[in-house]
Amino acid sequence: MADGTGFIGAEGLEGLIACPECDALYRAAEVAPGTRAVCARCHTVLISPRRRAGMAVISLALAAVVLVAGALWFPFLRIDARGFWQDATLWEVATSFAGGPLLALSFAVAAAIVVIPLARAGLILYTLAPVVFDRPPARHAREAFRWSEALRPWSMAEIFAIGCAVSLVKIADLAQVSLGPAFWMFAALVVVTVVQDRLVCRWSVWRSIEAA
Amino acid sequence: MALDRGRVTLPGIPTAREAGLVACRRCTRVWPMGTAACGRCGARLVSRDARSLSRVWAWWLAGVLAYVPANAYPMLRTRTLFFTEEQTIVEGAVDLLLNGSPGIAVVILVASLGIPIAKFLCIAFLALSARRGSRVGAGTRMRMYEIVDYIGRWSMIDVFVVAILASLVQLDVVASIDPGPASLAFALSVIFTMLSAQAFDPRMIWDGIEAEAAGPGRA
Repeated sequence: MADGTGFIGAEGLEGLIACPECDALYRAAEVAPGTRAVCARCHTVLISPRRRAGMAVISLALAAVVLVAGALWFPFLRIDARGFWQDATLWEVATSFAGGPLLALSFAVAAAIVVIPLARAGLILYTLAPVVFDRPPARHAREAFRWSEALRPWSMAEIFAIGCAVSLVKIADLAQVSLGPAFWMFAALVVVTVVQDRLVCRWSVWRSIEAA
Repeated sequence: MALDRGRVTLPGIPTAREAGLVACRRCTRVWPMGTAACGRCGARLVSRDARSLSRVWAWWLAGVLAYVPANAYPMLRTRTLFFTEEQTIVEGAVDLLLNGSPGIAVVILVASLGIPIAKFLCIAFLALSARRGSRVGAGTRMRMYEIVDYIGRWSMIDVFVVAILASLVQLDVVASIDPGPASLAFALSVIFTMLSAQAFDPRMIWDGIEAEAAGPGRA
């Protein structure tokens, strides 16, 4: 808890934490693993450490890489209608806007559901792997984690998953739809990504790579 | 002092600015006022970003402008054995409504029409009230900002649905679905609106609430 006095003094600044959303200033306390420190003014979560989170996050990031690779390889969805059938891989879905200005949309969709989730997993591995294994932080750990955080809103795997559900409803009366293995890998990817983001305590990560 | 609860500042919680410090919004470290870049994560440090609002308005305007063709042009081009049909977002929803799926029609109307328009209004309100103050409490406006920031990405769902349908439904003569020009405009509108919300510096919501609380109950 902050007391409002004696903030100035360069050596004391390290122990302070400011809420990124409302600028309220606190003295950072040791927060017990599994509990959270929340801004008293705007309720933004400031510190939320967990025991062995580092190892869990690394495993999940590795799992995400494997799942994206798999989801790209196997068929995603298949439809049957009056003797005709068609299956689509994830990559075909992402790049279905062909021709003219719509091509830009293919790049955006491919980025949002494949490239950015993959890139974030890689950046997290690069940032955290040395720290978790008690090595000095990687040389560009700051940039890597910065990018990982900046890309977070643009990683849209979970939104795509809901989009799949909506599409299935929409074409249900037009054709018979079946889900391929890639669909389930993608569903697992969504869970992995969400859990991983929940586990990361940004404050702890920044502190751990500060030693660089 | 008659104050509504949202406006009460908690005594004993100074802001970094009041303490003569500048906070890093990326990694929450604080530095003496005037420091240019965060020594921990390298982010540019600004106590209050004066240009934040102009960026908010620029992206906001781009988002609104892109939203017009997103509704005026067809989103999907459906070809079946017997007919070819081009549908805008609203036409698609009306079609569903008349053909006995009012539930899905409502979902589509809320997701593609209600949410984008509500987002435009919320961002405009937040940007205006950051400068002029508002009788809506800071806590409420903060929640509004969080909701807009969170919900923005979910509008991409329409674009993904078009992508999935267009890649899957390519059954020669039986049926095929192709994306229309509105899909691009809609995606751009969503992206611009997300950038607009990201450009907003929520710390401005909390500035001045002390002064407001101290003054006589001005609306």
